[in-house]
Amino acid sequence: MACIEARCLRKTFGTTIALDGVDLRVEEGRILGLIGPNGAGKTTALNAILGLIPFQGEMKVLGRDPWGARDQLMRDVSFIADVAVLPRWIRVSRLLDYVGGVHPRFDRAKAEGFLAKTTIKHASKVRELSKGMVAQLHLALVMAIDAKLLVLDEPTLGLDILYRKQFYDSLLNDYFDGTRTIIVTTHQVEEVQEVLTDLMFIDRGRIVLECSMEEFESRYLEVMVNPERVVAARALKPIHERAVFGRSVLLFDHADHEQLAALGEVRRPSIADLFVAVMSNQAGHTQGAAK
Amino acid sequence: MNNPSNSVPGLPIDSQAIAPASASPTRPFYWSVRRELWENRSICVAPLIVAVVVLLGFLVSTIGLPERRRAVLLLDPAKARAAIEMPYNVAAMMLIFTAFIVGVFYCLDALHGERRDRSILFWKSLPVSDLTTLLSKATIPLAVLPLITFAIIVVTQFVMLLWTSALLILHGMSPASTWTNFPLFQQSLILLYALVAIALWHAPIYGWALLVSGWARRATFLWAVLPFLAIGFFEKITFGTSHFALMLKHRLMGFAPLAFAFNAHSIDCPQLTPGKYLSTPGLWLGLLFAVAFVTAAVRLRRYRGPL
Repeated sequence: MACIEARCLRKTFGTTIALDGVDLRVEEGRILGLIGPNGAGKTTALNAILGLIPFQGEMKVLGRDPWGARDQLMRDVSFIADVAVLPRWIRVSRLLDYVGGVHPRFDRAKAEGFLAKTTIKHASKVRELSKGMVAQLHLALVMAIDAKLLVLDEPTLGLDILYRKQFYDSLLNDYFDGTRTIIVTTHQVEEVQEVLTDLMFIDRGRIVLECSMEEFESRYLEVMVNPERVVAARALKPIHERAVFGRSVLLFDHADHEQLAALGEVRRPSIADLFVAVMSNQAGHTQGAAK
Repeated sequence: MNNPSNSVPGLPIDSQAIAPASASPTRPFYWSVRRELWENRSICVAPLIVAVVVLLGFLVSTIGLPERRRAVLLLDPAKARAAIEMPYNVAAMMLIFTAFIVGVFYCLDALHGERRDRSILFWKSLPVSDLTTLLSKATIPLAVLPLITFAIIVVTQFVMLLWTSALLILHGMSPASTWTNFPLFQQSLILLYALVAIALWHAPIYGWALLVSGWARRATFLWAVLPFLAIGFFEKITFGTSHFALMLKHRLMGFAPLAFAFNAHSIDCPQLTPGKYLSTPGLWLGLLFAVAFVTAAVRLRRYRGPL
């Protein structure tokens, strides 16, 4: 069964089109990375999935209409909408009391277990914690909830590298069990590369690339060539080209590995490389034609 | 299903004991109200501070009490009673007024604060409906504050009574004149009635404040108050009348002559007139407005995100 199924999702704010007819299908047990430039519509898409904003089109999240039944949906869906949305005035112990009091799937002992691994004290107020500790606290709460779908919107923004690494490590080791579904948006693409099972690029309200990580790894290759071989390499129709230390790096979709190996050093591109390639093709579509 | 102990007689008690633990029943409304009290400590603290100030004031005012009491007891009983009752009623009124101010400011911030600090995104990530949230917030001025006010007033008056009695006994007088003229138990029943009547009468004010706090992006107090002032001034300037201002005054103070019948020829303990109060169209119209405002605020919160 699909965890999320959406057809022709549209959302406009005044004259700005945030989502422009998005079709989306996320299967259970996937970890989807939703990646796009600022203002691409990532947060709008997530907000629509979470029932925080009304939208046009059809969508079912775990079989429910998110806008019509947010409170029921939230029994099975957890989300961290942003860093630092925990109320600053609340004490950690009371936060646990409250979530335990309203959430049928919250396991307090589990949350206490996660917190025991951190330096967060039960008597502290959220405002007394550092940004990284607030993120740890929120993650501890969310991981103690037995949800079917977890949505993370820039969950590590502004955290230092230790906290970011730890965040995704605990998510994979202590939370993800192969049946839950996770959707994550982030600008720190390189950090989630090893975590994701699926990849989706979104730009100006449209999905511009959608593939699984296996597909990503088999489809895309990058080759670094010396100047004298650039023309030969260009003949193979790269989707993107950039210069590094006087040599050219060309990115290919569905190219033959041996053919490329003859031209230069072949390697697997990172998500960030592909992202830059896809986005500059989007933005430079008309410029490229003019050239 | 294949639990062997299923066959043991008397097990229903056992399984009943286990069932709630595994289902872990949640009480979103109860916890939402508690949450409001954690966040807004002024709900308890402000009336307590006022009570302490009132008690200190009363303490100072009792200098020379025995002499004055002797003079008061020479008056006719109704006047004596009014004089003895007076400080207790003043204390109650100050605390009721405090509760009203706290309630209005609480409501003005209730849906604004969570948007300002972005915590609305956290609250909305939990399985608590907007209706439950709004009901828990409306419960604060309509039920929680009146109850807290009731408890604090009764305790304050009791302390005042004890202090007066001690002072009178020290001066060789009987404290009975105080206790008979201000019977605490009977007075607290009247107080409870008054608090319920006031809360219901002011319900549309709190509802309006909640709606504005969910709607306005900033300056909730101004948005809540200025439109009414503007209409009042407009009417005064254009037509030279002040019907609107009178209507507002009626909404603020109008409960008193409806819920109580003040004796014309003495300021004796007023008669309770719940029949008259409950049959006033203004009460029900006000409650209708309150329900409309809260319903609108529920709808609004659904669309609202952080500021």
